[in-house]
Amino acid sequence: MSSGRFSGPTPIRGPFSVTQKDMRKIRILVAKPGLDGHDRGARIVARAFRDAGFEVIYTGLHQTPEQIVNAAIQEDVDLVGLSSLAAAHRFLFQRVIDLLKEEGAEDIQVIGGGIIPEKDIDKLKAIGVKEVFLPGTSLEAIVKWVKDHVVPRGSLDA
Amino acid sequence: MSISPPDDRVTVISAHYGFHREIHSTKRCPMSGLYRKKELAEITAAQEGWRDEFEDRVASAPNKGGSSTVSGKEVEPLYTPGDSPEFDYMKRLNFPGHYPYTRGVQTSMYRGRCWTMRMFAGLGSAEETNERFHYLVEHGQTGLSTAFDMPTLMGYDTDAPKARGECGKCGVAVDTLKDMEILFEGLPLDRLTTSMTINPPAAVLWAMYIAVAEKRGVPRKVLGGTIQNDMLKEFIAQKTFMCPPEPSMRLIVDTIAFGTEQVPRWNPVSISGYHIREAGSTAVQELAFTLADGIAYVEAALERGLDVDAFAPRLSFFFNAHIDFFEEIAKFRAARRMWAHIMKHRFQAKADRSLWLRFHTQTAGCSLTARQPFNNIVRTAVEALAAVLGGTQSLHTNSFDEVLAIPTEEAATVALRTQQILAEETGVANSIDPLGGAYCLERLTDEMEAEAFEYVRKIDEMGGMLQAIEKNYPQMEIAEAAYDFQQQVDKGRRVMVGVNKYAVEEDIPVDIYHADDTLEEAQIARTDQVKNDRDGVRVREGLERLGEACTGGSNVMPALIECAAAYCTLQEMCDVFREVFGTYTDPGTF
Repeated sequence: MSSGRFSGPTPIRGPFSVTQKDMRKIRILVAKPGLDGHDRGARIVARAFRDAGFEVIYTGLHQTPEQIVNAAIQEDVDLVGLSSLAAAHRFLFQRVIDLLKEEGAEDIQVIGGGIIPEKDIDKLKAIGVKEVFLPGTSLEAIVKWVKDHVVPRGSLDA
Repeated sequence: MSISPPDDRVTVISAHYGFHREIHSTKRCPMSGLYRKKELAEITAAQEGWRDEFEDRVASAPNKGGSSTVSGKEVEPLYTPGDSPEFDYMKRLNFPGHYPYTRGVQTSMYRGRCWTMRMFAGLGSAEETNERFHYLVEHGQTGLSTAFDMPTLMGYDTDAPKARGECGKCGVAVDTLKDMEILFEGLPLDRLTTSMTINPPAAVLWAMYIAVAEKRGVPRKVLGGTIQNDMLKEFIAQKTFMCPPEPSMRLIVDTIAFGTEQVPRWNPVSISGYHIREAGSTAVQELAFTLADGIAYVEAALERGLDVDAFAPRLSFFFNAHIDFFEEIAKFRAARRMWAHIMKHRFQAKADRSLWLRFHTQTAGCSLTARQPFNNIVRTAVEALAAVLGGTQSLHTNSFDEVLAIPTEEAATVALRTQQILAEETGVANSIDPLGGAYCLERLTDEMEAEAFEYVRKIDEMGGMLQAIEKNYPQMEIAEAAYDFQQQVDKGRRVMVGVNKYAVEEDIPVDIYHADDTLEEAQIARTDQVKNDRDGVRVREGLERLGEACTGGSNVMPALIECAAAYCTLQEMCDVFREVFGTYTDPGTF
């Protein structure tokens, strides 16, 4: 992928000339990797993020890891949320993380959710998935995690 | 016995919506109800008195009970004859096996034959699934139900770039007839009925099944089973896509026409509300969108020139049994009454069987919790009971570990045993529609019907379900309902035991099935071997004939069966569809 991540509007980085006004909102890509069609959770979480004041892009279904990483970079997001309910999470999440690294975009954090066996959670965290949310997690808890862990690019401590 | 409702007494106001309207149109027949006017007046007056007492007590109650269903519908604390003043037994309920079939489609219901216990299974390789099928049949299961993996569901072979990492993960992988042969090895296809949960490539999998059977000497005319083949609900809810809506409808009508003529015991479409509900709809939305989908299929088949009474008897339905007990039973009863009405008055069907809404039920996966998973056994039992009291023809009970992964054998057995206990210990199947006549249930059934017909009317106004889908209407209605529900759970207004109430710190103590990661390579190797061994000329000619059928407008089924028998791969056949008809992508609204 040669379309550089800075080909869009240049994101403001570093402490120079950043005022409160310039601080942008947290931008999140909610993505459905693979062929799995279960999108109830992803769409609900996307709405909750929007209601929480984040900027949200939803990929729609059936995205390849390449498409997701491309969208994350093009849209200059701070966070990618991956949803999987069809058991292909290990392969697909790994691939998204690898591609982000290849593109030098590892500062984009990745979280995941869906039907994910507990014993896979440590494996996912070991490859760089920051958090995994299982069924029964409240929207509030997910939003809080984002607020606690994601700082939008362009703010003072980014 | 000749029991027919005094149907001709009713002036049907508009062709297809609203028993609700009919109720009011019968006001001039006060004796048609269960109670005389004077009696009703007394009951209504006394009810008002009781209501005052009730409000007093509740005002000071320390621990108020709930007042709304899981769909968010407010219900009354008490129902009496005053809630159904026009209640007319013969017209609204009648007898089982008699129009409008509210009490059941068959005259003898479970006294004649118990519902079919049909557990959905599919995992890993064809060999593994075949083993699970044998296990379930040995344990008393009476019908097979196949879950396919994601690449198969979407019409891709295991070696497709898009399919990597998904082989065998949430069902069985089928690339060629070879896999199908292994899948049904040793199972009597002339005696068992087989349900296949498959949508975009449904015609292809059905062709493979027919080809396997015929190779074994079982003629297509004795084959019994179901392909889901309901693309409208895919666009609305489950979201496995291949071609755009219009050509998808054409393929479905091809299967209906072919089945009617050559595979008469097969249900070519299972019109499904299950996934609509799982996507977060309310009970009314599930009912309404499912019947609206059914209307669209009937209209499409009629446009093809098929005779309604030739194909309508083979249309079958598939509903969800969610956790709200009475709401669900009301939904099943309303569904039968509505469909009978629609078929009779909107489509002028004459055959009794055309009016029957026969349905499969699955308990609600979305009602299960990952926390305290053993509680799911109880939820599933209650949901299964609702399905039985609602008169289902077949039933899948979810395994308690389904929310965590593909069920283990042990969990699947408990789920099957749940049905056996209901059928053989509890006595709930002894009397037909045992809750019929309950004030509460009859009122809920009437309301469910009226609200669902209102949705059907809206969709008709949009020009039908295809147009409604294009406008994203059902999709957004469901998204709204799902979001509302989740917020209620989060705020604790809707209790999920073990999740937002009575939660404890726990290690989840269940064994979880893990798909074997080496499966993908083995499956790819098998398909490569098949491609090596097959007759290339037959393959090419078959695919050409399929292409011609697609572009020329003749029925695709004969060419598909030929392709399947020649060991064309699933994707080779689906690529022909994609090439001719184009592809569909998710609009991605939220």
